Amino acid sequence: MAVKTRRYSARDVTVLVIGLGVAVIASVGLVWGPTLASVVLSATDWNGFGPIEWVGGRNYGDLAGEYPPFWSAVRNNVLWLGFLGLVATPFGLFCAVLLDRRLRLSRFYQSALYLPVVLSLAVVGFIAQLVYSTDYGVLNAVTGLSVDWLGDRSVNIWVVMVAAAWRHVGYVMIIYLAGLKAVDPALKEAAAIDGANEAQTFFRVVFPTLRPVNVIVLVITVIEALRAFDIVYAINKGRNGLELLSVLVTENIVGEASRIGFGSAIAVVLLVISLGFIVTYLSQLFREER
Amino acid sequence: MDQRPPLSRRNLLIGAAAAFGVPAVLTGCGSGAPAPGGSTTGNTAAGAVTLGSNASDEVPKKSLETVLKGFTSGQVKVNTVDHNTFQENINRYLRGTPDDVFTWFAGYRMQFFAEQGLATDISDVWREIGADYTPAFKAASTGTDGKQYFVPFTYYPWAVFYRKSVWEEKGYEPPKTLDELTALSRRMKADGLVPIAFADKDGWPAMGTFDIINMRTNGYDFHIALMAGKESWTDPRVKQVFETWRGLLEHHQPAALGRTWQEAAQSLAEKKTGMYLLGMFVAQQFPEADRDDLDFFTFPEINPAYGTDSIDAPIDGYMVSAKARNVDGAKALIKHFAQAAAQNVATEADPGTLAASSKADTSGYSALQKRGAELVSQASHIAQFLDRDTRPDFASTVMIPSLQSFIDKPAEIDSLLVSIEKQKANIFR
Repeated sequence: MAVKTRRYSARDVTVLVIGLGVAVIASVGLVWGPTLASVVLSATDWNGFGPIEWVGGRNYGDLAGEYPPFWSAVRNNVLWLGFLGLVATPFGLFCAVLLDRRLRLSRFYQSALYLPVVLSLAVVGFIAQLVYSTDYGVLNAVTGLSVDWLGDRSVNIWVVMVAAAWRHVGYVMIIYLAGLKAVDPALKEAAAIDGANEAQTFFRVVFPTLRPVNVIVLVITVIEALRAFDIVYAINKGRNGLELLSVLVTENIVGEASRIGFGSAIAVVLLVISLGFIVTYLSQLFREER
Repeated sequence: MDQRPPLSRRNLLIGAAAAFGVPAVLTGCGSGAPAPGGSTTGNTAAGAVTLGSNASDEVPKKSLETVLKGFTSGQVKVNTVDHNTFQENINRYLRGTPDDVFTWFAGYRMQFFAEQGLATDISDVWREIGADYTPAFKAASTGTDGKQYFVPFTYYPWAVFYRKSVWEEKGYEPPKTLDELTALSRRMKADGLVPIAFADKDGWPAMGTFDIINMRTNGYDFHIALMAGKESWTDPRVKQVFETWRGLLEHHQPAALGRTWQEAAQSLAEKKTGMYLLGMFVAQQFPEADRDDLDFFTFPEINPAYGTDSIDAPIDGYMVSAKARNVDGAKALIKHFAQAAAQNVATEADPGTLAASSKADTSGYSALQKRGAELVSQASHIAQFLDRDTRPDFASTVMIPSLQSFIDKPAEIDSLLVSIEKQKANIFR
């Protein structure tokens, strides 16, 4: 019984302090510190230097009431999340299921769908411009239309999301493909013997066993939607209908503007939205484990 | 058809900067290492001077190199940063470890940083070079405290460009009044041309249209006061500007918000559009052989009280940072930049620019450059362009989205102006 009551040796304590200490310092210094700093700065009017003036919630008031790009950015972020989550991700799963059936030329399709994933979204943005440009774009040239795909506010966010989805589908597909390969074929056989048809086998047997993969894909989709930035920035700096919260943060803080307080307020809004998803996800995860 | 893809080199650079992380580029901004002390060679009366340059494009970069070859009294170490990155990081650059001399813009944009004590007063240099510049250039180099902080190097006027061959063929004459411009546009439409080329995907080109209509309608003084936040955007005079612009919009190239200025300029080069209001750099998009076919007229008169007395002609030049280590060397270098000979080297290398010094030799100018110099000498007021005449945060976060929203929904002027005024009040407080 002596073992249980024995205290940690000096060596154990050292290891603990170093092991935990580094993690705590890194986490506080790189994650919580900057996060709190943003929250604090969002209540100030600061241009990056000079005196910091406290303005309380004024930045938030200005943001919601008098900054038109803000609400279109919120709308676009929600659309982005919805489009990736409800269209691109299911389509990626669909492709994975098809490819998993060992079609002819399945390797070829697989590579073709996966290829865009190796491109950075900024590059996808350039490609999108070559396709969608009004005067020189492939799309208008082929279809004979003269639609202003990238300039018209009512369509540009949709065509850009299609371009973003082009990449997202391949990403989701490859993850699901790996998951499907790991599904025990005996399960499918058993389902077939019990008289389940294809759809039933997939939705009742295979899909539930993919649960860990689903969680990963969900997290990836949410992250991709909230951090979307490079593609719209490459296209038109995220203006005129392509506003996103991440772009507004950059536009206000990083650019020549240096509206640090105001930009921080937008960042805090983005943080709150992200926290909503993270908290939901973590609470789900912990509930499962209990 | 010889069509160039709509991707410019600069756009690619912006993309590269975004992809590889602006901070990495930023570190290249300051002159991190102290200037080498004794290792310089040649005549080093002025010692080693560092120069922060935004001349990242090929033509300006080469032009700067040639200009610096003429600077023999010291050694210059050039730190070149992508044009847009340089601009966006100017705040941190000047507060960190800036170079001794740096490229910048005249007018409000210069005053903004001079006021914060980030630039060295160079009034003593101006006592020597002052005679080489017109009063308009001196005013554009002077801070709010009456001291000089800037040496003008080159500039380029904004005007309405067209192809002579097209106009001669159809018998068009440069319009003198707004009515003539409208009538000409109607004629062009009947002739199957899009009258006025237009693009605002990048957000800034439409500022040029706003500037010129405002200066023609309300005069230079009102324009500058409006830019400085001293006049209200809900003023009926501002509304009049947007009303006039709305009347002209139907003659503008449609779908402007999805087009870059390069694409619009190419439509002019390809004779699909009749005219284009832009800076003289529009010539870059013309093949060498077609450049002589390019001509321009100043935007026509709207209000007889002001005639055509003002134009946008942004001035590029050099400043000495407040943290300069080698102030004497820096001043020697900007004196070199102020010399007509140095500016002539630059205008020869880059035909889209004009020399700022009035002593510069204009005999080597191209036909377009000569016309540009003439246009500027006739103007009694020179504005610097909207994003240089007002606070940078106001220009980028308020004016760009607002002008784009006007182009998208030209009918909603009142609500737009109320929104601009509210945002202005938030920024200029």
